[in-house]
Amino acid sequence: MSKSKGGCTSCNDITGASTKDLLNQDLAKQVRTAYDRIEDRGVSACLFGSGGTCCRICNMGPCQIIDGVEQMVGVCGATAATVVARNFARTVAAGTAAHTDHAREMVMGFIETAKGNTPHEIKDVEKLHAMAEIFGIETEDRDKNEIALEIGEKALAEFGQQQGTLSMLKRAPEKQQEIWKEKGVEPRGIDREVVETMHRTHMGVDQEYKNIMKQAARCSLADGWGASMLSTELTDIMFGTPVPRRALIDLGVLKEDQVNVTVHGHEPLLAEALCMAAEDPEILALAKKAGAKGINLAGVCCTGNEILMRRGIPVAGSFIQQEMVLATGAVEAMVVDVQCVMQSVAQVVKGKHTDIITTNYRAKMPDAVHMQFEEEDPLGSAKAILTHAIGNFKKRGDFYIPKDNKLDVVVGFSHETINYMLGGRFRKSYRPLNDNIINGRIKGIGALVGCEHYKYSDDVHYKIAVELLKNNVLVLATGCAAQALGRMGLMRPEAAAEYCGEGLAEVCETVGMPPVLHVGSCVDNSRLLIALTEIVKEGGLGDDISEVPACGTAPLWMSEKAVAIGQYFVTSGAHVIFQNLPVTGSKEMDEFIVNGMKEEYGACWDYEEDPIKLAQKMIKAIDGKRDALGINKKQDRVLFDMEMRRDLDAGATGQGIPGMGCGHK
Amino acid sequence: MSKIICSAAIRGAQKIIDMAESSYEDAVKKFGEDKEVAFPNTAYFLPIIYSMLGAKVEKLGDMKDIFQECRSLMPPVVTGDIWLPYLAPALDAGMATFFAEEMYEAIRYLNEPDLYTATEDPTADNFWLGAADDVIFRKRGVEFVDGSAPGFAAILGTPKDPEMAAKIAIELQEKNLYIFMHDQTEGISLPDQLLKQKQQVGWGTRLVPFGREYTTAVFSIGFACRVALAFGGVKPGDYAGNLKYNKDRTFAFVMAFGDVSDEWYANAAGAINWGFPTISDYDIPEILPTGVCTYEHVVSNVPHEEIVQKAIEVRGLKVSVSKIDIPMSFGPAFEGERVRKDDLFMECGGGRTPGVEVLISKDMDEIEDGLVTLDGVDISDIEQGHNVPLGILVEVAGREMQSDFEPILERQFHHLMNYIQGIMHMGQRNIMWLRIGKAAVEKGFSFKHLGVVLHGKLHQEFGAIVDKIQVKLYTTEEGVQMVSDLATAVYTERDLRLGAMTDETEDVFYSCTLCQSFAPSHVCVITPERIGMCGAYNWLDGKASYNINPTGPNQPIEKGECTDPDNGYYAGINEFVNQASRGAVPEVSCYSLMNNPMTACGCFEAIAAMLPTCNGIMVVNRDYLGMTPSGMKFTSLAGMAGGGMQTPGFMGVSKHYMTSKKLFKAEGGIKRVVWLPKMLKDEIADKLKDVCADIGMPELFDMIATEEQGTTEEEIHEFLKEKGHPALEMETAV
Repeated sequence: MSKSKGGCTSCNDITGASTKDLLNQDLAKQVRTAYDRIEDRGVSACLFGSGGTCCRICNMGPCQIIDGVEQMVGVCGATAATVVARNFARTVAAGTAAHTDHAREMVMGFIETAKGNTPHEIKDVEKLHAMAEIFGIETEDRDKNEIALEIGEKALAEFGQQQGTLSMLKRAPEKQQEIWKEKGVEPRGIDREVVETMHRTHMGVDQEYKNIMKQAARCSLADGWGASMLSTELTDIMFGTPVPRRALIDLGVLKEDQVNVTVHGHEPLLAEALCMAAEDPEILALAKKAGAKGINLAGVCCTGNEILMRRGIPVAGSFIQQEMVLATGAVEAMVVDVQCVMQSVAQVVKGKHTDIITTNYRAKMPDAVHMQFEEEDPLGSAKAILTHAIGNFKKRGDFYIPKDNKLDVVVGFSHETINYMLGGRFRKSYRPLNDNIINGRIKGIGALVGCEHYKYSDDVHYKIAVELLKNNVLVLATGCAAQALGRMGLMRPEAAAEYCGEGLAEVCETVGMPPVLHVGSCVDNSRLLIALTEIVKEGGLGDDISEVPACGTAPLWMSEKAVAIGQYFVTSGAHVIFQNLPVTGSKEMDEFIVNGMKEEYGACWDYEEDPIKLAQKMIKAIDGKRDALGINKKQDRVLFDMEMRRDLDAGATGQGIPGMGCGHK
Repeated sequence: MSKIICSAAIRGAQKIIDMAESSYEDAVKKFGEDKEVAFPNTAYFLPIIYSMLGAKVEKLGDMKDIFQECRSLMPPVVTGDIWLPYLAPALDAGMATFFAEEMYEAIRYLNEPDLYTATEDPTADNFWLGAADDVIFRKRGVEFVDGSAPGFAAILGTPKDPEMAAKIAIELQEKNLYIFMHDQTEGISLPDQLLKQKQQVGWGTRLVPFGREYTTAVFSIGFACRVALAFGGVKPGDYAGNLKYNKDRTFAFVMAFGDVSDEWYANAAGAINWGFPTISDYDIPEILPTGVCTYEHVVSNVPHEEIVQKAIEVRGLKVSVSKIDIPMSFGPAFEGERVRKDDLFMECGGGRTPGVEVLISKDMDEIEDGLVTLDGVDISDIEQGHNVPLGILVEVAGREMQSDFEPILERQFHHLMNYIQGIMHMGQRNIMWLRIGKAAVEKGFSFKHLGVVLHGKLHQEFGAIVDKIQVKLYTTEEGVQMVSDLATAVYTERDLRLGAMTDETEDVFYSCTLCQSFAPSHVCVITPERIGMCGAYNWLDGKASYNINPTGPNQPIEKGECTDPDNGYYAGINEFVNQASRGAVPEVSCYSLMNNPMTACGCFEAIAAMLPTCNGIMVVNRDYLGMTPSGMKFTSLAGMAGGGMQTPGFMGVSKHYMTSKKLFKAEGGIKRVVWLPKMLKDEIADKLKDVCADIGMPELFDMIATEEQGTTEEEIHEFLKEKGHPALEMETAV
C-alpha cells in the first residue's frame, strides 16, 4: 500500500536509509503509514489553523479571523491578536500539562521509592543532597530515603501550590530571576498556571494579547523550571544521572532471534521496570522456552531516550519511525504509555503477531491490549507484560530487519557529565567550555530539540546540525531530534573531524566528545536551562542567559510540548527559532513574538522554514551575542604578574618594597 | 591529538599504579602494616594525598585505602573507535598517578634511606636532594608568597647538549623561577649536565635536583600543594580550592626533554589538574584548547632556543626582568649562590680588608644621576688572590626622599649585589664582605658593575622616592677610610633615632598585606616596636613602601584610641583589620598571645605557644627541627598559626620582636618566656641579656630553658621550679 517511497507527492522526501530500505520490502508495502495518510487525505493544512486565527473557543463560532479586515473579527469582536494569543497560550498550557502530568507520576514514583515500596532506589546521593539544598532540607546525618521522602513531598506540593514561587526558580541566574520578578511571571504553583491559562483564554476573559502572553510565559516557566526540571532531577536521583556510554540506534537494533519488545512513550518508570524484568532469570527462562535467545528491549521516542541515556538500551526508532518499527514484523510487543503514540500503531500491526500494549489508564486505544502498569508493583506489571510478549514470539511471521541500519552513538551528556568531562573529578567545571567560546574555537551553543513530522524532509535536523557544526557551533540535542541526529552518525566521536569547523573539531578532539551531545528526552530540556545557567555562572559570557552566545531550535516540531519548551526558553532569555509558528495570522502577535518579547525577557522567537537559512539565522544570532560581549575579535593573551595575582582577591594592589618582604632579610 | 596523549597517560598511570602497589605489597611483607611512613620532616604527611583527599598516610597500612582510591579513579583504556570522552578520565588517571607515586616514593624512603641527600645542596657523591622538608619549604615557599619566585619549572630529563642545558637553566633562573629536576634523558640527567658546565646546583641557586626517577615529580607537585595549605589557608581535602589556588597563583609548568614515555604522559596529565601545562622539545601531539590550564595544555616540538620563552607564555606568566647592563647574569635566582674557596678570585671586607657600605641622601643639585666612579684599582688591575679594601658610598636625592628611608635603601645592597652571578655578598654596614668568583671575572666583572646594579635597581624599585643616584666606589685605603668615617657618624645618628621610636610616639602604624597574593585573609600590623613576623618588614619599611606606592600593600593605620594598653587594643587597628580581612578578623591585639592574637600568613620566623603546665610561653624558630615542650614540632605548630587564622595560644613572631619591650605585654612580657631552642637563644643572646637587665632581672636569661634542659613540659616545669623562674609565680595565663 505504501506509495510513499516513490509516489507520495504531498509529503517530502524520505532520506533515512533504514526507512527507505524497509519501505522497499513487500511486507512493509502492506502497511498504511503516515506518508500514505497524508496523500490520501488530499487536503492541505487549514490556513486559519496554521496562522493561529481559527477560534473554536465558544459555540458562537468557530470563527475564522482575518487580520485587518474589519468584517472578519470574531462574532464576539475578538481580534486576530487576541485569538492568536489565546490559541498560542492554550498550546503552551497543553504542553505544560503534558510535562506536568509526566512529572507528577515521576514524583509520586520517587516518593514510593523513598518509602521502599518499589524495586528502585536512591542512586545519585550527590544530586539528592544538591536538591535538598534547593528545597531547604537538612541532610546532615540523615538517611537518604528520609531526605528523598521530604524532597518528594515538597516537590509534589509544588504542583498544587497556590502562592509563593517554585523552588527551582532560584537556580536561574540572578539577573534572570529579577526580570521574572519585575515582569510578574514567577509561577506560583505548577497546576495553577495551567488552570489559569485555560481560564484566561476562555471566552470573554483576557482579551489583551500581551497580557495573555504574559500568562503563557508564566505557565511555560512552571514547565521548564518546574515540572520538567523536577522530573529530570528526581528521575536522575532514582534511576541514576546519565554518564557517557555507547549504544546503538535505528531499526537495525531489532534482533532476529530474540523477543523484541519496544517501549514507546515518555515516562521511564515503566521502562525501568521492564529493563529490570528483562534480566530476571525466570523471564529469561521463559523466553528460552519459547525459542528465543533472550529479550531485546529497544526504545522508541522519548522513553527510548530515557533508557538510552541511563542504561545504554538501544533505540529502534524515533517518533517518525514508530510505524516502521512495527512494519518490520519483528516486534513481539510495543509497550506504550503516554504522549506521541500515534493511533495508527494499533492498525499497523493488524494481521501481525505484534501486540500494542497500553499501560496507562490515561492512554488507551482501540485494538490495543491494555495491561495496567501498577505503580505499587512495577516489577510484577513488567513481568506480566514481558510474559505476554514472549507468548507472541512463536507467532512471529514474515519479518524484515534492516540489519545494517544501526549507528553507533555516544550518549549520556547530562549537565553533570558535561561538567565532569571538561576537567575530571578534581577540576570539573564549565571553564573550558566558556574559555573556548570566549577564544572563538567554539562560536556558541546550538540546541536542537523537539519532534519530527512528515511535512518536511526527514533530514532537516541533520542539515541544520551540519551547518552549525561547520560554523563551530556545538550542538546539544534532546528528544526525537537527538535520535534523528544519532541516526545520521553525528553522535559518533569521529564525527567531529568529519563535520566540524577547525576550532570545534579541536575542542571535541581534546575532550574526546562527539560534536552533537545527546542531553536526554524532551522533558530533559530542563538540563539545557541548567547548562546555560552554569555557563553564566562560570563567568565571562554575560550576566544572564540572554547574553550567552546560544540559540535553540525545534525544527519539525509536532507536539504542543515543543511550544511550551520554546516559550520557557524564550522567557528564560534564550533565542529560539522554529520552522513555523501559528502566529502569522496576526501582525501584532507576530511582531510581539519575534521582537516585542525581547524587550521583556531579553530573547524572542523567530521562524524560518528553510533548514539552512534557519541554521544561518541561529549563527547570526550567536554572532550577535558574541559582538555584544566583545569577544568576536582577536584577544591578546593576558600574562599575569604578581600584582595581578594579588588583585585576584581585591585587597591591596601593587608592590611593597621590591625584593624584600617575607623571606628577605 | 589529545586522544594519543590521553590514551598514553591512562596506560602510563596503570603501569605506575601497578608498580607502586607491588612495591607496597613487598613493603608490607618486609615491614608490616604498622610501619611508619613519611617524607622527611614534614607536617603535611604525603602532601598531595593529604591536600587532595584529606587523608593522612602515616603507616604503611594507610596506603591500602589510597590504592583503592587510585583504582577507582582509573578509567578503562581508550578505544580505537566510538570512544567515550577521554580528557576527564585521563586527568583522573594523572591524579591517581601522583597518589601512587607519592606512596612509591614514601616506600623508597623506607627501603633506601640514603637515596637522597635531604640537604639544601648536593653532597660530594650525590646530587639528588629528595623531597623538600618543611624547613626548606617554608624558607623557599615564602618566595612564592612575596613574588620573588613566581613559580617553578618541573623538568623531566635534559637536553643532550650540556651547554644548551646550562643555557636553559640560566634563562629560567633569570626569570626568577625555581628549577626542579627529575629523571633523565637517555641516561643523562640535567644536574649532570649543569655540573659539567660548572653551574652551582642546590636550593640556593634555585636549581634543585629532586630525584633520578620520574616518580619524584610528586616532590614538585607536593611542594605546590603545601604552598596552598601553608600560605593559602586551603584546608586538607579541599582539592578544588588547592588546585584552583595553584592554577591562579603558582606559575609552574612541566618541561620535558626527549621522547615522552607513557609514564611521563601520566605525570603530565596529573600536572594539568593543577593548571600546570607541559612544554616538550619532542615531536609529540599537542593539546591547545584552553580551560583546565589557563592557556594551552601541551605544547610540543619547541626548539631549545625558544623553550623558556614559550613555557612562560603558555603558563601565562609575566616576568618583568629589568635589564641591568652588566656582563654577568643577574636576578634573584643567583642570590643564594655561593662563591666557594675553589671558585674564589678575590675578596673585600669580611675581616680580610676594610670594607664598608653606606647610603646617604643629599640635595638634588649635589648629585649627578648615573655617575659611577671608582677610586683605586679595578679587578682587571689585580691578580687572583689579591684582596683589596672596598668602600661603597651611594648618594641619593629625591623630592620625596626622607632620611628615614636611607637604611631601607641601604638594606637592599645585600640582595642586589648577591643577584649578580658569581658575586657573593654578606653582612652590611662596616662588616660587609664581598667575595668575587673566578667565573664573574672571566666574564669581565668590574667593581663599577656594583655601581651600575645599585644605580639601576634602586631607581627601578624606589623611583617614587628617589630621583637621582650616584655611586662612588673606593679601593684605596684612604678612600675606604673616608667612607668609613662618614658611615660611622651616620649609623650613630640613625640608631639613636630608631631607638627612641616607640608605639606611643607614633600615631600611625602600618598594615602589611604583601602576602595576600597567597594568604587572602591575612593582615599584618606593623608597629615601631613589633616588626612583621617575617622579620623582614619594620615600621619604617611600611612607611617607605607607602610612600613608594600609596595604593600598595602597606597602608597607614591611624591607630586611634588605645582601649587596652596591655593587650594593645587600638580602635583604629580593629576597624582596619576587620575591613582588610573581610570580616574574618574583627579584633586583634598587638601585644597578646592569648587574646585575639595577630594572624599569620605562614611566613613567620618563629612561633610562640603557650605551655599551660609551665604557665609560660615557648618560642621556636623555623630552623629548629626537634621536638618542643608543646608536644609539636615547628611544622605542626605552623599549621596551627598559619593561613590567616586566629588561634589563641599560638602566634607567629619575628626574632626581633623577642627583645621588644612590647613582647607578650598582656601576658607579662619577657618574664613569661620559659623555653627557646638553643640556636635561637644564642642568636639573640646579647639583646636578650640587655632586656633581662633592663627589667632588673639579669638572672632571667639563665632561667630560660632550651632543649638541653628538656623537650617535654614536665622536664621544663622541673627546671623552672629549680631555677625559680618568675612565670611560675605569675597569675595563670590560660
